[in-house]
Amino acid sequence: MQLFLEFKSLIKKNIREYGMYIALVVICAFFAIMTKGNFMSSRNISNLISQSGYVAVLAVGMTLVLIIKWIDLSIGFVAGFLGALAAVLIVQQNMPMEIACIIVILAGIGIGMFNGFLVAKVGVPAFVTTLAVMLIFRGSLLEITGATGTIVIPDEKFNAIGNGFIPDIANVEGIHVLTLIIGMLAIVAYIISQFISRKNLKRYQFEVISMPIFIFKLIFISVLIGYIVWILAGYNGLSWTAVVVALVVVIYHFIMSKTALGRHIYGVGGNKEAAELSGINVRRITFLVFTSMGMLAGLAGLLYTSRQRSAMPTAGTLFELDAIAAAFVGGVSAAGGVGKVTGSIIGALVMCALPNGMKLMGVSISYEYIIRGVILVLAVVFDITTRKTKS
Amino acid sequence: MNNYILEMRGITKIFPGVKALDNVNFKVKKGEIHGLLGENGAGKSTLMKVLSGVYPYRSYDGEISLDNETQRFNQISDSEKAGIAIIYQELALIPELTVYENIFFGHEIKNGAFIDWNETFKRAVGMLKKVRLNINPAIKVKELGIGTRQLIEIAKAISKNVKLLILDEPTAALNEDDSINLLNLLRELKEQGVTSILISHKIKEVLSIADTITVLRDGKTVCTLDPKDRDFNEFGIIKHMVGREIENIYPPRLEQKIGDVCFEVRNWSAIDSAKGKQILHDINLNVRKGEIVSIAGLMGAGRTEFALSLFGNTDKYAVQGEMYINGKKQKFKHPRQAIDAGLAYATEDRKNKGLILIQNIKQNISIANLKSLCNMGVINENREIRATESYIESLNIKATSVAQITENLSGGNQQKVSVAKWLYANPQIMILDEPTRGIDVGAKYEIYCIMRDLVRKGMSIIMISSELLEILGISDRIYVMNKGRITGEIMTSEATQETIMQKAML
Repeated sequence: MQLFLEFKSLIKKNIREYGMYIALVVICAFFAIMTKGNFMSSRNISNLISQSGYVAVLAVGMTLVLIIKWIDLSIGFVAGFLGALAAVLIVQQNMPMEIACIIVILAGIGIGMFNGFLVAKVGVPAFVTTLAVMLIFRGSLLEITGATGTIVIPDEKFNAIGNGFIPDIANVEGIHVLTLIIGMLAIVAYIISQFISRKNLKRYQFEVISMPIFIFKLIFISVLIGYIVWILAGYNGLSWTAVVVALVVVIYHFIMSKTALGRHIYGVGGNKEAAELSGINVRRITFLVFTSMGMLAGLAGLLYTSRQRSAMPTAGTLFELDAIAAAFVGGVSAAGGVGKVTGSIIGALVMCALPNGMKLMGVSISYEYIIRGVILVLAVVFDITTRKTKS
Repeated sequence: MNNYILEMRGITKIFPGVKALDNVNFKVKKGEIHGLLGENGAGKSTLMKVLSGVYPYRSYDGEISLDNETQRFNQISDSEKAGIAIIYQELALIPELTVYENIFFGHEIKNGAFIDWNETFKRAVGMLKKVRLNINPAIKVKELGIGTRQLIEIAKAISKNVKLLILDEPTAALNEDDSINLLNLLRELKEQGVTSILISHKIKEVLSIADTITVLRDGKTVCTLDPKDRDFNEFGIIKHMVGREIENIYPPRLEQKIGDVCFEVRNWSAIDSAKGKQILHDINLNVRKGEIVSIAGLMGAGRTEFALSLFGNTDKYAVQGEMYINGKKQKFKHPRQAIDAGLAYATEDRKNKGLILIQNIKQNISIANLKSLCNMGVINENREIRATESYIESLNIKATSVAQITENLSGGNQQKVSVAKWLYANPQIMILDEPTRGIDVGAKYEIYCIMRDLVRKGMSIIMISSELLEILGISDRIYVMNKGRITGEIMTSEATQETIMQKAML
């Protein structure tokens, strides 16, 4: 009973942090039942993760932008355009795919710097800047795909980024061994890091959750990771997309939680004037955040184009909305200053699980848009109401 | 039947932890000009906010009656309907609209569903005549000077058939001519039967025009004077304004060695870039090692702007002049450079410009000096926590842990966090802007002790304060600022409240 009460108050207090996990579990359970298990099949989960890669990458960048209280509406068509640029470079210029990818990422950084320059140095509101840039790259995308329409990419090495899987080290029938090993390492790393952080918290007399709940949390997350890894290992193993996303998340999570740069970003989001008076160069931070967003838009463009094995004139449509929604679902505050990269990844999975599940259920595309819109609004309503009850 | 148009009886208004108004009685006779005086924080604006319904009925104790009728205002529009109009220091005109649109903004003359522009224009001309303004009503307000705008505000008030006109520091931003003009207008309005309340820091001005003067101090009515009273003069009124009993609320002065000049500005001038107006004129000031120097002055004297302009806010202020720290000439392009050079500025506006309220104590204390905690850009959190804990202990910050969100701290503890943040940046010269505003007496005493302790360890402090007693109680030397200029420099041992006040209100 005591345990149950603590559990209840824990959920209540941390509803902002756990909300998205609950949402994800509820959505998955719902679709699993409605599709008679198809949704949770190895094949579909593997697909879902590969499909959501570009949204996840964009959501990570958007998290930073939203934390400092700006928005970037350009990233959809910037990603679309940059993906098409990769196709043009590989197909029409016969460039090796590695060099094409580097050029695309650099171009993304350049576009991000342009946005950042206008917002941070010139002082044009990001809404206007990025809306204009979105139009520019929507046009540019049409222009470079215009001659041929869709550009099909025959380069299998490039297409593997979105469709391929990591190689295996041993040959066991039906099981991807390397994936299993990575999964187990991840679980061990998670458990160790949790114990260390708990010890530290206790040392400084922070409030910690009670041991049984702590163990429960550990088991729950471990089983969750283990289950997903098991499903993936039963199919083709870990996809390259998952690896790319994981790398991005680890790097950005580290920057945001452990470095001075991350602190400065949260500081600017929490109170711009106080941050400036505390010696933080708000313009520089703003510029950097938009630059990182541009870089990630380039990466997202590569993931998407590779996944589709082609560049299309419509690529990039509403990507920015999915990224914004993913960030809000993932606990980023609409008032700025609050949000986690890891949360936004869960948000991205939610935003991709919805259309995926609905397709399996045979729901028409029109409802898909409506439901995505509703989810976006709900996420922000959730944010505002939970913030209110706190104060 | 009495001849009071307004009677406020037994008004008490309590904010969390502070009694802003304590059983205030305030009566205004019909047809008079009534001056309301008091130091900053004496309760003048709170009283006017109670009167105008900003603080709704029931959020205070006491009774208000207007024309012998008891009033219960729940919002500003209620008091407006009853015939009370307040003109605030910050004018409420809309710059992009024309004069006639502004005069009838919010109470438009309608013909059915539509605005009757002809009638509006005609009446606006009449209103402008009443306030003796000879301008084209079709001109946009943004093209007019501040003095003219003030008169338009009054025209707007009169157009609502105002019974009681309240002016909050109407001449604070006006030049001499405009001020005289405005005061003459008040006299004329009085002849036309309009009663007005004049809130002002300019005592001479109030004396020249008011029929009655009420002085507030510490949320209480001190006295109500008319020209027959012996104290109806500048010195008499200053005495009432500041003459509270002095409690022992300052730590004792210790013998202390004051060193050489470590901070100096010469011919410092600044232009507010947003307004395009010069706000600081030829300021010369110096601070010695181990010294507490105060900058006294009224609100709007330019003290905060001075501090901000020193601190490298080049976006907001274009500065001229020279600054020396330990004899070395300095020029800051960003607060970062100022901090690195050994300067710190703890703002008066803790909530909006000082702390990041959604973050915890630890994050707030370390933010100005994260560099010292970092190894290749990675924060050493253990060291951060230890540093924070040492400040919680040494400054006696009352908090549950280093991870407590600063929003949930009391004002005094927030101020201590703000001080800790700047101590952690390890400055040589600390500028404290209104360090005790809005905090209770106990916490004030602790802040004073901290300041004394810091200068004993060799730091120098520039304190900006509006509280004269605080300035006299804590500082070694006092500069007085008025309208962006230093109007006096006094050793505390030779200063009295009256001498400071006089220089502040020249």
